[in-house]
Amino acid sequence: MEHLISLFFRSIFVDNMIFAFFLGMCSFLAVSKNVKTSLGLGAAVTFVLLVTTPVNYLLLTKVLGPDCLADGVDLTYLSFILFIAVIAGIVQIVEMAVEKFSPSLYGALGIFLPLIAVNCAIMGASLFMQQRIGLDPSSTQYIGSVWDALVYGLGSGLGWTLAIVAMGAIREKMEYSDVPKPLQGLGITFITVGLMAMAMMCFSGLKI
Amino acid sequence: MDLFSKQNREVFSNPLNLDNPILVQVLGICSALAVTSQLKPAIVMGLAVTIITAFSNVIISLIRNTIPNRIRIIVQLVVVAALVTIVSQILKAVAYDVSVQLSVYVGLIITNCILMGRLEAFAMTNRPWPSFLDGIGNGLGYALILVTVGAVREFFGRGSLLGFKILPQRFYDAGYMDNGMMTMPAMALILLGCVIWVHRAYFYKEDKK
Repeated sequence: MEHLISLFFRSIFVDNMIFAFFLGMCSFLAVSKNVKTSLGLGAAVTFVLLVTTPVNYLLLTKVLGPDCLADGVDLTYLSFILFIAVIAGIVQIVEMAVEKFSPSLYGALGIFLPLIAVNCAIMGASLFMQQRIGLDPSSTQYIGSVWDALVYGLGSGLGWTLAIVAMGAIREKMEYSDVPKPLQGLGITFITVGLMAMAMMCFSGLKI
Repeated sequence: MDLFSKQNREVFSNPLNLDNPILVQVLGICSALAVTSQLKPAIVMGLAVTIITAFSNVIISLIRNTIPNRIRIIVQLVVVAALVTIVSQILKAVAYDVSVQLSVYVGLIITNCILMGRLEAFAMTNRPWPSFLDGIGNGLGYALILVTVGAVREFFGRGSLLGFKILPQRFYDAGYMDNGMMTMPAMALILLGCVIWVHRAYFYKEDKK
């Protein structure tokens, strides 16, 4: 239990997808123009992460792992293709389910949902999960069960949402500031994210 | 057909500068930032992306007329994922220490927006040879920025390039210190912001009003 709580908070603040690993930067930069759309995309990413990370964990350990399908067969090198197929499939299912059961949410998320399939944060979480399986079990980053994977996916998604909502709020305010011409738009956004990342570094010693 | 016609040369050279994938098209930022804390992984990553972009462009361009429009994204993803798996296995066999340094970012080439962007925008509508040049050009344009940022970060962060000490010991004796901040993730973002600033200030004068 302690391990789950620690994993959860660390994945939000310390191992933040955006500030520590730069994952999902493309949609982060494109969508963070205001708070409302940021929140929508954040919610969608969190949900997809919550589903894909545990599913990929189960498939990786129960199907691809050594000696799972047959003795002496190790298919771990297929993990990239498996991950991306699962992600693309689940995004498609989520899209259809949201369209059927909540048309208003579907209208709000609209174009963001299909884009999530190629969001680096989703793929990144699965790849980090694969890497962390091999860690020492006493490490705070260790993922050893499907619950760990679930909590890690949820935490990463919330961390990503936190980052994009904060960025959206700052960019709303920045509309009114006088930025040098060549720096406008992308340049100043990068520098702002850099400063935010510096601020987030103060969490790096966090222990729970 | 002229292999090196003016049009083809432009397809190759535009992404290097005026249409740079990172600076102008804003594609593939994720991995660009993460692997640049030293020069060597930056070079390897740039090469890997160049090769994968070029070959996935060629493959998609060859089969572009047979792909049903509705499932094209999945087809593209599978082609890219297969190529990335091959490159990752080769890296593990040939340069294991670099592949450990790059860790998950090799796998993340799959979701690198440069690949998907070029496949959608160029390879789906063009013949294989221009697609190949487009892939090489975009990959090199990406590698160029990676190497620039990687060199600056390694030089100021560790006083070395490619692992060799550049700054002589007497600089340190005289009180010079390596700037540890440069090796942190935050500085990658700020440096890239500055690179974009300089690039725009030089090349987009005519756009300003």
